[in-house]
Amino acid sequence: MKTIKLVIAAIIFSIGFSSCTKDDDSPIVEENPLADYKMVSSLKANAHTIEVYSEQEQYTIGYNELFIRIKDDASDSYISNAEISWTPLMHMSQMKHSCPKSAIVEDGDESVYKGFVIFQMPGNDDEYWDLTLDYTIDGVAYSVTQLLDVKAPADNKRRVTVFTGSDDVRYVLAMMPLTPEVAINDFSAMLFKMENMMTFSLTENYEVALDPRMPSMGNHSSPNNVNLVYDAESKMYMGKLSLTMTGYWKINMKLLNESNEVIKGEDVTDENTESSLFFELEF
Amino acid sequence: MKTNLGIRPKSLWLTFGNNRCVYVLAMLFFLFFSKNLDAQEGIVEKIEDSILHINLDEVVLISSRKALGHQKQTKPLSSLDEYLESAQKVNMVKRGAYAWEPTLNNMFSERLSVTIDGMRIFGACTDKMDPITSYVDVSNLSKAHVVSGQQGAEHGTTIGGAMDLELHKSNFANTGLKGSLESGFETNNELRIVGAALDYSSDKFYVDGDIIYRKAENYFDGKGNEVGFSQYGKYNFSANGGYKVNDGNKLTATLIFDEARDVGYSALPMDVSLARALITSVGFEQDKLGTFSDWKSKLYFNKVTHVMDDSKRPDVPIRMDMPGWSDTYGFLSQLKKITDKHNFLLKWDGFYNKSLAEMTMYPNNPNESPMFMLTWPDVRTLNTGFYAQDQIDFKGSSLKLSTRIAIQNNKVADELGLNSLRIFYSDLEQSQNHFLKSVSAQYHKHLEPFHINLGISYGDRAPSVSEGYGFFLFNSFDNYDYIGNPGLKNEKSFEGNAKISLQRAKFKTSLEGNIFHISDYIIGEVDPMLSAMTIGAEGVKVYSGLKYADLVNVSWDMEYSILPELKWSGTVSYHRGTDNDHRNLPFISPVAYRSGLTYKKETFSGTMTMKGAGKQTNFNGAFGEDQTQAYTVFSLTFGKTFYLSNDWVYAKVGLENIFDEYYSTYTDWNNIPRMGQNFFLSLSYSIN
Repeated sequence: MKTIKLVIAAIIFSIGFSSCTKDDDSPIVEENPLADYKMVSSLKANAHTIEVYSEQEQYTIGYNELFIRIKDDASDSYISNAEISWTPLMHMSQMKHSCPKSAIVEDGDESVYKGFVIFQMPGNDDEYWDLTLDYTIDGVAYSVTQLLDVKAPADNKRRVTVFTGSDDVRYVLAMMPLTPEVAINDFSAMLFKMENMMTFSLTENYEVALDPRMPSMGNHSSPNNVNLVYDAESKMYMGKLSLTMTGYWKINMKLLNESNEVIKGEDVTDENTESSLFFELEF
Repeated sequence: MKTNLGIRPKSLWLTFGNNRCVYVLAMLFFLFFSKNLDAQEGIVEKIEDSILHINLDEVVLISSRKALGHQKQTKPLSSLDEYLESAQKVNMVKRGAYAWEPTLNNMFSERLSVTIDGMRIFGACTDKMDPITSYVDVSNLSKAHVVSGQQGAEHGTTIGGAMDLELHKSNFANTGLKGSLESGFETNNELRIVGAALDYSSDKFYVDGDIIYRKAENYFDGKGNEVGFSQYGKYNFSANGGYKVNDGNKLTATLIFDEARDVGYSALPMDVSLARALITSVGFEQDKLGTFSDWKSKLYFNKVTHVMDDSKRPDVPIRMDMPGWSDTYGFLSQLKKITDKHNFLLKWDGFYNKSLAEMTMYPNNPNESPMFMLTWPDVRTLNTGFYAQDQIDFKGSSLKLSTRIAIQNNKVADELGLNSLRIFYSDLEQSQNHFLKSVSAQYHKHLEPFHINLGISYGDRAPSVSEGYGFFLFNSFDNYDYIGNPGLKNEKSFEGNAKISLQRAKFKTSLEGNIFHISDYIIGEVDPMLSAMTIGAEGVKVYSGLKYADLVNVSWDMEYSILPELKWSGTVSYHRGTDNDHRNLPFISPVAYRSGLTYKKETFSGTMTMKGAGKQTNFNGAFGEDQTQAYTVFSLTFGKTFYLSNDWVYAKVGLENIFDEYYSTYTDWNNIPRMGQNFFLSLSYSIN
């Protein structure tokens, strides 16, 4: 069986290869640069169609990398050189707040703009997110607000956590998207300090200690994890996560500030089986 | 996790089911009411190569199908494990009632070369629940050659020695059609054995076939407690054929299919639902090739499937499946050259093995994903080697020189497996090479009335798949998870042996000893930084090389013919194993002894044997060992041959562990007790 599969794979591969070579000769026309992403919303306003694409199927709590294109309805072409800013806003019954987000920049293709938003919570019947996009094209300013349906991830695993540290500051820690493998995985996260309801600032030079565990298998750990430390270039905390098998992993964490004081989280011991600061993975 | 032996008291050992009663009675009827005529019998458990005193191998005769073969055995239909246990240097590690693991000179599988007719086969179980001796049955075999140390390098690299299981073949004996039926029964575990064999042999063509089935329930120990999960069932089929193309050329072929199901392993937390092997080969033999003779070549393939599961265990922390697969493709080709003084053997062989094993654990929460890992990451082993041996004959003395040079490549073929290992060894190469060598010199001198044998040798071996690439292999003996270490160096052994023997008409004695100085001795050492994966395990051990370890084995053998019909034999042996820090090595035998009386007259034979061991004083708690107490057990057997015209019927009855001694030996995994009193009966009907 294996041999047959290999042969078939080899044939498919070689066909793919030869057709690729052919494709290279002819110019590519009108290909959507975001064809690999899912369009999560499309909105008509100001004689424009604003399309938002995501790597994920939907707006999900946690880190969302989003791509925006603005189409001029009249000419049916995508607009380059727009300047865009955005404001996500959660309308709760008692208050409103925003969430950590990046600036929006052009992404390779002139008509594609990119940024990320980290939603801390899902919407529900009474509370909802909206996103206001302010954009300027050729000196003319436009604005549009759309409702967002932000959902918990399909597997309901925790990838973002909001907490008050021992320094009485509120933080948002979000895991960067990861396709986990039985291996040492590159693992990264972003940490924000909540300055006020609308402002979240990147927190630098802290450290996140990792202790992944499998609660269903005697709460065993894994070796050779590398704590997340701040990388100024990517503005992320980067480290290594080792996963010795598939299944459900609870990634227990401890957040330490510049002076190595514990801001949040506890050591996992025989008595204390989990930290109050954790992410989850299942694969 | 410590194993629950599931003990429940037995009633009387003879109270088995009604149908079995009938079975035994029928056999007894058969035994006592058949007409008997005379025949000669011999009771030989093992012989030494007496033609060439230089070879110190023990040959365990199995030959159950040869006429009179049965009489020579104390227990003709016993398992191969029991046969091998009768060899002086062999001990069997017991994890249940089935598939014992042979050790030689107190060394385990990875330090031995175990072959079937020279073919390499590798078990598919990461927990060594399927030594390859479990994939053949006595019905397939004629002999087992047991050779110590580097003298066993003929079939592959080894440290401790070699065991080659020789298949039964009619070999153009021109005996026509012969058949036999076998049946056996044992009371302790209600073991039932039925078998049949049919051989046809002419001077142009032969084909031998046999089939055997064994089924056993749980056995009872010497205290009358049932040892839970010691049941097993297996069947084995084999066919061998040969065709003479012309006078000097022969074609041969072999097929063995062996399948065991529902095998309990009392000492382990898991059982085996399936252990299956398909063993095949085709060969070509030519009498002459230029100035050489006996040119034999063979191509072989074998496939082993092993499925460990715990579905029958009532109470486990987590359910898991652990299947494993091991496929081996190999070849060998050998030539002889015999001159007045020299006796050369040249051999070229090679094999390619694929070892893959998985572990899937099912969380108690059914909504959670199963946990999956590769415990053997599809390791491909490619090994090819040359072996050369010369036996030089001087007047009154002889010298045997031998060498093996081999190259071995190990490759981790599975991406997931490779990445798993890179968690521990970030710079692990996918492929690694080992250069393996062995040299040995063995000298024999006849100084009337003594024979003196002296030998020195050097050999090395590459780490086994588990030692090099195992991933969280749980060892229930010391309660640790084991991680392989791909950076291990070859284990190297310097070995010396000596034997002095004296033979008189009525009396025979020999004193024999060997010493192994093994550097980079591979063993698991605790890594306190690592967290155990298995629930309840104490920690993780990583295979590492000890600076060195020393093993010593000394034995003294005696045999005396009291009367022409009555012979006494006795053996006592001493063993010691220590490492460079003078720590005791695990699984080293305490002082062991055995003694027996054998009687044979005409068609009747009888044996009384005693075997035992002293208290284990040198053991190592760090390897999970505790002290094993001294024991002595006695057994009795009686055999009788009856002739029915041209055919013969051979019956044998015996009582093992007569006094129902409760004991376990140093090789019994987690101290599971051995079988208590056991009555056996075997009946063979041979149609000539």
